[in-house]
Amino acid sequence: MTFLRLLSFRLVAGASVVFTVVTVVFFVSRVIGNPVSYLAPVDATTEEIERIEEAYGLKRPLLVQYRDFLWDAARLDMGRSFRTGRPAVEEVKDRAGKTVQLGVLALAFSLGLGIPLGIVAAIRRGSLLDLLARLMALLGQAVPGFLLGLLLIFFFAVRLDWFPTGGAAEWKSYILPTITLGTLTSAGIMRFTRSGLLEVLGSDFVRTARAKGLHERTVIWRHALRHALLPVVTLLGIQAGRLIAGSVIIETVFAWPGLGRLIIGAIQSSDYPVVQTGIILFSISIVVANIIVDLSYRYIDPRIRAESL
Amino acid sequence: MTVASESATLESALRQARLPGVRHFRRTLGLVVPGGILALFVFTGIFAPLLALQDPREVVLVERLQPPVWQSRGSWSHPLGTDQLGRDILSRTVYGARVSLLVVAVTVPLSAAFGSLVGILAGWRLGLFDKLMMRVVDVQLAMPAILFAVLLAAIFGPSLRNVILIIVVWTWSAYARVVRAEVLSLREREFVLAARSYGAGTLWLLARHILPNVLNPILIVASLEVASVILIEASLSFLGVGVSLGTPSWGSMVSEGRHLLTTAWWLVGVPAAAIVLVSLSGNLFGDWVRDALDPRLRHVR
Repeated sequence: MTFLRLLSFRLVAGASVVFTVVTVVFFVSRVIGNPVSYLAPVDATTEEIERIEEAYGLKRPLLVQYRDFLWDAARLDMGRSFRTGRPAVEEVKDRAGKTVQLGVLALAFSLGLGIPLGIVAAIRRGSLLDLLARLMALLGQAVPGFLLGLLLIFFFAVRLDWFPTGGAAEWKSYILPTITLGTLTSAGIMRFTRSGLLEVLGSDFVRTARAKGLHERTVIWRHALRHALLPVVTLLGIQAGRLIAGSVIIETVFAWPGLGRLIIGAIQSSDYPVVQTGIILFSISIVVANIIVDLSYRYIDPRIRAESL
Repeated sequence: MTVASESATLESALRQARLPGVRHFRRTLGLVVPGGILALFVFTGIFAPLLALQDPREVVLVERLQPPVWQSRGSWSHPLGTDQLGRDILSRTVYGARVSLLVVAVTVPLSAAFGSLVGILAGWRLGLFDKLMMRVVDVQLAMPAILFAVLLAAIFGPSLRNVILIIVVWTWSAYARVVRAEVLSLREREFVLAARSYGAGTLWLLARHILPNVLNPILIVASLEVASVILIEASLSFLGVGVSLGTPSWGSMVSEGRHLLTTAWWLVGVPAAAIVLVSLSGNLFGDWVRDALDPRLRHVR
């Protein structure tokens, strides 16, 4: 199967997922929830409610509303922010950049920490470093992101005063949020690298490479590691979701001017169009990340490349 | 002592730690300590109204921000101090355990039952139902629990019902995936084929031959899920999209106290310690259950 066909196949599948998310967002808000309750002030009179229902077309049949919602969404019209009156899409666009920056930095950090640590832990199995790595993985599963963030703020921003406690004003403000978000995902990457490498190190082709008299470094870096990192690439697709979910929390902790904090702020002021738009944008980015991972995985592993989908 | 020789000493100490007797001791300890913490958690959760010394919501402004008893201004009337409204931290933490326990006790059985049912059906029938299930999981991956929680909180306002709904919707697929994989291999096994050959019906096959064989994996996933459910609840409450405002929960305690981190560390420190201790114990206990029941399932987490 050619690359282009594969790509278009993935894009169609991804689009169907995004379509489902948009549908879920619509029906959860219109069917389970009563739109008037978040559109109208609490003390609205019956006439005011009538007027709001008229203005937002809430009296039309549900499927007609759904069709219009989809049509508007396709034209990137998600309504206007209740708070600022600007289009919700604009509001979201302004904040997305900071979230992407944080996400990319955190991903780089978690790969840079997780993979080397996993390799060392596997090669020196049972050593002190291995013990430390496994302890880190265990704690990584038990300490929620918001606590890790607060802990780092307490020691490095308040006590030692090395970094600012929040915001994104200078380069120093990037460090603590990056470490917090990156650590959350690095535990998983470390475990996958370690167990993948341990599994491969016992396999026939590694024994053959050693029997040929190859240097141990060559065996590990050129033969074993390439094989062991395949599951890590798959894991990255799942971690994309974690990074994004984590960013909502981390941005709140560090007062980071990104999308996650925008959405949390929008809830507090019942700014419904912004919440809706932000959620859909987050979902699209997760789908895109997974398509990239999927394609690169097929590119990296020759066995899959040869197969037809 | 140099770093190298220090680490060599430690390594030899570790090697000794792998001797049979020590190992047995460590394994027992690895069960007793987390088990004990979990038992304490369950006990305080159930008996919170009897244990809590004070009303967790009672506001006494004159007694606000009192430190724990071991610090210089602390007193035994509030052993773990008070928050910015003078509410007793110990009793709020005890009631917070009740919220976490309630969420675990409701969501884990619900999603285990639902997820296992879907997993058995998908693995047994395959075909369309199986494909549909994978689609649903795709959508779930694209819309993490927190985003859905945010959506629900935007519509209904935060509530315990939302938290339970979200956690069930986002954890059932873990059971479904594991159970489906087990069923896929079970259905081809001789004893199932034998039962089929003498004319056993589908219901009989599923109830007598498949279900008993997937109980262990279900139990393992359930025990590993306890900790993650507690963390999800805490995170949602921290964001203000979890249990309704005013309900004492560990996540919301951390959130309310975080602006006073420098002057009154115990506002965050006490609930944070509770979260980490219980989720760490949950993970260790889950690992123990898995190793005891079915070490093959290491890949589950």
